[in-house]
Amino acid sequence: MKRTAIKRKEKYQELDGVLEKYKGRKGVLIKALSEAQEMYGFLSREVLIHIACELDVPLSEVTSVVSFYSLFKTEPSGRCHIEICSGTACYVKGMQDLLETLEEEINIKPGEVTGDGRFGLSTVNCVGACSAAPVVKIGDELIGDVDSKRLKQLLGKYGHD
Amino acid sequence: MINLMTGLKERVAGTKPRERHLLLCGGVPCLSLGCRQVKEAVMRELDNYKLSGEIELLEAGCIGNCRLGPTLIVYPEGVVYRRLTVENAKEIIEGHVLGGRLLEHLLHRDDLTNEIQRRREDMPFYRKQQRLVLRNCGVIPPHIESYMSNQGYAALAKALTELSPGQVIEEILRSGLRGRGGGGFPTGRKWQAAREAEGPRKYVICNGDEGDPGAFMDRSIMEGDPHSVLEGMILAGYAVGAGQGYIYVRAEYPLAVRRLEDAIAEARKALLLGNNILRQGFSFDVEIRVGAGAFVCGEETALISSVEGTRGDPSPRPPFPVSKGVWGCPTVINNVETLANIPPIILNGGEWFSRIGTESSKGTKVFALAGKIRHSGLVEVPMGTTLREVIFEIAGGIPDNKEFKAAQTGGPSGGCLTTGHLDLPLDYESLREAGSIIGSGGLIVMDEDTCMVDVARYFSGFNRQESCGKCTTCRIGTKRMLEILEKIAGGRGTEEDLARLESLAELLRNASLCGLGRSAPNPVLSTLRHFRDEYLAHIREKRCPAGVCPDLTRHVIREERCRGCGLCHNICPAGAISKEGRTFRIDPDKCVDCSACVRECPFEAVRGRKRRKELTRA
Repeated sequence: MKRTAIKRKEKYQELDGVLEKYKGRKGVLIKALSEAQEMYGFLSREVLIHIACELDVPLSEVTSVVSFYSLFKTEPSGRCHIEICSGTACYVKGMQDLLETLEEEINIKPGEVTGDGRFGLSTVNCVGACSAAPVVKIGDELIGDVDSKRLKQLLGKYGHD
Repeated sequence: MINLMTGLKERVAGTKPRERHLLLCGGVPCLSLGCRQVKEAVMRELDNYKLSGEIELLEAGCIGNCRLGPTLIVYPEGVVYRRLTVENAKEIIEGHVLGGRLLEHLLHRDDLTNEIQRRREDMPFYRKQQRLVLRNCGVIPPHIESYMSNQGYAALAKALTELSPGQVIEEILRSGLRGRGGGGFPTGRKWQAAREAEGPRKYVICNGDEGDPGAFMDRSIMEGDPHSVLEGMILAGYAVGAGQGYIYVRAEYPLAVRRLEDAIAEARKALLLGNNILRQGFSFDVEIRVGAGAFVCGEETALISSVEGTRGDPSPRPPFPVSKGVWGCPTVINNVETLANIPPIILNGGEWFSRIGTESSKGTKVFALAGKIRHSGLVEVPMGTTLREVIFEIAGGIPDNKEFKAAQTGGPSGGCLTTGHLDLPLDYESLREAGSIIGSGGLIVMDEDTCMVDVARYFSGFNRQESCGKCTTCRIGTKRMLEILEKIAGGRGTEEDLARLESLAELLRNASLCGLGRSAPNPVLSTLRHFRDEYLAHIREKRCPAGVCPDLTRHVIREERCRGCGLCHNICPAGAISKEGRTFRIDPDKCVDCSACVRECPFEAVRGRKRRKELTRA
């Protein structure tokens, strides 16, 4: 085994524990990638190479799956990730105002991270809480009936001054 | 069959909740409004009064009337307390549970008559519904013992002991049940085709990839009554001769995934899944596959690719999944709501089911109401109920004295219904004739403040982003349509653009590979058909009648709010505001968009110019 490969093995011992159960099984790539992303927050190129080697799938195939699905991220987000729901009900009930508020307050657009790495922002295609629109997800917390004022309070709660 | 059920009930060994118990709505909308915190507070209070051993606090799935959330129902009276906060926990335990007093200020009052409505049955929202699919949602906790106490798995026991697979299919054919995911294909015929198809193995897939933004009935069913979906799947497996099932759920629904995982574990333990189910010689197991955020995966061929763990690329049909699906084997794909319909049909007979609904559309349909509507939430009505009944009689109409403008059904593949369609019976055929589709049942209500060009642009943006890119017509066609709509919304459109949109739409409909591309033009065509004058206002007069499209709005004073105080006139640095009769008016040529008047007005009568940019999705 090459030295780089040995190094990689050492670094991803935790991930190997997850990959072990998927080895030799059909149709498990998406599951493996999701678990890896949960572990590291995003999928770096190195992690993808490791998964490709361990599951014996060409890297091109791994990358094609990662680039296809919007939930897979290849860049790290902020320590606190904000998702604004862009479903129809949320759109009709003013989710764009929330994006504007975030641009004014912490100066980021969807897909960006604040300079200090505190907040990351993305939109999500409907979380299914349409009756509480507009809906925002911060970390694992889902908050409904949000307006600009409430969003500012939430930013404060999550460490924005 | 009776022996089988007794044996099963002994294995599950659930205890019935005591008469006095509390039921909390644990649906996702309620979660987002803070029901977890309310639950913790109620538990603390129960502890305080040493009642925890006596009074159970159960968490059910979505009770449907989300405007009341967070909601707590006190049994045996069935009193519904609504819009609760942490502070209310103490008074409910002290006042109602211990003191036997009704807490009037926490009860729902009728929107019009202001009359107190204590129980669910008192509310028009529930009275006019027929809850078949949602029979357990928000009524019982999503666990096997509660499900069993409500006739759960009785249909499976009946089928395994009394009916042959062929008879199960016959029963479904007789019921007239059609797919609830949008296609409306007769379920019985699909099962029959899969039964007759030849293959080494067969599969059943439950399509829980509810990608249509604005639809959430499948999520609520998976969370609130996961066992009904499992029972439907096992029955489908028995009917077509499949040994393995997959439930494909969106990753955006983590709670649904968790509830389904729990339900599968419970069912395995009760011998309802796995080898030799209920010792009747039939084996079937279910695995969950979690999506990763791609709308196209709701299309069945793309869904199959995704279940196989690859990119969710669609492929041409035929071959249809019933002959060549997962791993090349015959596969039945049914939507969540369709499957939840199966157990009652088997239990009560196809004949019973076919008496509900209209001639061509049998049974009930669950609609997810959201947008500009008083009671948003889930409504289940017999097929053929009119739009007016749903929006005005059940859901209480439009809030804030606004006018109803349109209801969007079918999401990015559907279209709009207008005031002219209010008396239209909601079923597959009538909606198609009106240029929309019933789709999965998402119903977004829009009022006079919604711009229909903007709505078309929103859906076109969605479809462009979600186009998988495999076929050229969809990849480029959706982008071109979006560009034209942006041009019109920006005030740079011409009348030829409308013809261009129509011809592009035709092309996408005919030449796209899968359902996404073929239906992508629907929102545009439908708004063009019903709201052409609004498009023309954008093009000819460079005006957005609803005041939404940023480039076409100006600062205006809303006459109905203006009290004529003149503060705006005094502050305007450009001298653009002058008195006109009782109110004031802004001269658009002089206005410099500084918004000083917007800030100055104490009555919020000045509507500022929108500076909104395009919606960036990422």
